[in-house]
Amino acid sequence: MMFNRHAVWSIYKFEIARFGRTILTSLLTPVITTSLYFIVFGSAIGSRMTEVGGVPYGAFIVPGLIMLSMFTESISNASFGIYMPKWAGTIYELLSAPVSPFETVVAYVGAAATKSLLLGLVIFATAHLFVDVQVAHPLLMLGFMVLIAATFCLFGFIIGIWAKSFEQLQVVPLLIVMPMTFLGGAFYSIDMLPAAWRTVALFNPIVYLISGFRWTFFGKGDVAIGISLAATCGFLAICLVIISWMFKTGYRLKN
Amino acid sequence: MQPIISISNLTKTYKSGHQALKRVDLDIRKGEIFALLGPNGAGKTTMISIICGIVNPSSGTVTADGHDIVRDFRAARTKIGLVPQELHTDSFETVMATVTFSRGLFGKAPHPAHIEKILKDLSLWEKRNTKIQELSGGMKRRVMIAKALSHEPQILFLDEPTAGVDVELRRDMWGLVRELRESGVTIILTTHYIEEAEEMADRIGVITKGELILVEDKSVLMQKLGRKTLTLNLSEPMTTIPAELGEWALTLKADGNELEYVFDTNAERTGIPSLLRRMSDLGIAFKDLNTRQSSLEEIFVNLVHTPAGEAS
Repeated sequence: MMFNRHAVWSIYKFEIARFGRTILTSLLTPVITTSLYFIVFGSAIGSRMTEVGGVPYGAFIVPGLIMLSMFTESISNASFGIYMPKWAGTIYELLSAPVSPFETVVAYVGAAATKSLLLGLVIFATAHLFVDVQVAHPLLMLGFMVLIAATFCLFGFIIGIWAKSFEQLQVVPLLIVMPMTFLGGAFYSIDMLPAAWRTVALFNPIVYLISGFRWTFFGKGDVAIGISLAATCGFLAICLVIISWMFKTGYRLKN
Repeated sequence: MQPIISISNLTKTYKSGHQALKRVDLDIRKGEIFALLGPNGAGKTTMISIICGIVNPSSGTVTADGHDIVRDFRAARTKIGLVPQELHTDSFETVMATVTFSRGLFGKAPHPAHIEKILKDLSLWEKRNTKIQELSGGMKRRVMIAKALSHEPQILFLDEPTAGVDVELRRDMWGLVRELRESGVTIILTTHYIEEAEEMADRIGVITKGELILVEDKSVLMQKLGRKTLTLNLSEPMTTIPAELGEWALTLKADGNELEYVFDTNAERTGIPSLLRRMSDLGIAFKDLNTRQSSLEEIFVNLVHTPAGEAS
């Protein structure tokens, strides 16, 4: 047995079924949130600020909105996926099964990323109800979404292993990722900031991710697409290194 | 015959500094029922957890059916089923879903007929579409056994399988364990109920303070370490034991109506003929006498309260 496909498929199905139990809130929440953002940001602010860099403001915030939801949802889906068995004690079965760390990650992160991708697409579709958005590079856009979903689900997986309580599970997405996303140009271009703040913003890794995703829509971003891709892949690589270390040492998984 | 599980020099020291296992060596024979006895905190669960891959050993090696549990973990774990002590279940899953999940997790293709057989054997078939959170504790225990058997393991670990379950389930479980043994499955169980080990096990290992102090065939153990008690029903009750009987360790029971004498069956001289002669000389008559073999429980209590060196 080189690859335990039955195990990967079983975990994947288990996780998708878990999402399925909350399908209504999972998919309705982003639709409502997106609509609210469009009403508040698009209509209220957009009526005063018509364009950002030649793109209508309503359309401009679409990539940022998708990213914001995908970041937080990816982290929470993936972290819950691995935290729950730890919390309930059912992790004993995973640890005693003939499943490699790679297969474990593929299954859990794959399932969480699937849900994040669906969510991103739902938000994208909802946005179409409010504004006219043209995507310059649809394939790249999809590719970027997959990359972002995978990266943030890996990050969430790390948090799920690290967390010792439900509170710790929420700390990173709510207190770190959410503010960084707001400050990372989800709803504005960092060109609009004063020069000093623009320099500070460039230290925020989220800027590169949102900028890259926005580039796939409008052909331009705050930073070059190459840098955005490199930053995303760099983050992905860091997550992979941390996860492999966690499995190697059994960090918070095994005694 | 090659042992199905071979533990060599196994040591585990937790981060807290607690040494749970101290250089344990043990071979489990294929097809046997092995009972691991020991007081709480003796290292039973640690040992099982290491073999199953839940706890990392500090040093030493373990092979399962010839496969090293670390280097060749896939082959080793595929052979093993584990029913842990605690009831850990996915509350929102149905019985059928969770047992099917376990089979897949252990790398086996779906086999609905096999799952159906297990659920029927464990009286869970009627509950197959019930969510686990709606089941009683005993039923949850059955679900955990069903999960462990879902991938047709050759080695089954039962960690305190009957702790806190009712008489009926315990009887069912014993029946199931015997059936599994007949089908060739090797069973390793830990238990607090000594009568369970006495009833079921082929061999017994006693572990205390992280050391395996004894491994023996049950019958040999009972014979070797067993003591017998001779009870004499006196014709006339006595208030004190006469000084002339001082060389035998006698106790007076039942309001002076019984004399009890505990003796070692393996001793060259049991001291019984001379005791009876002396009693006859003193004119102490008795109506009846009987002897009783000590139970495994008594042997066990004796063992774990004796320093390791002396016990074996």
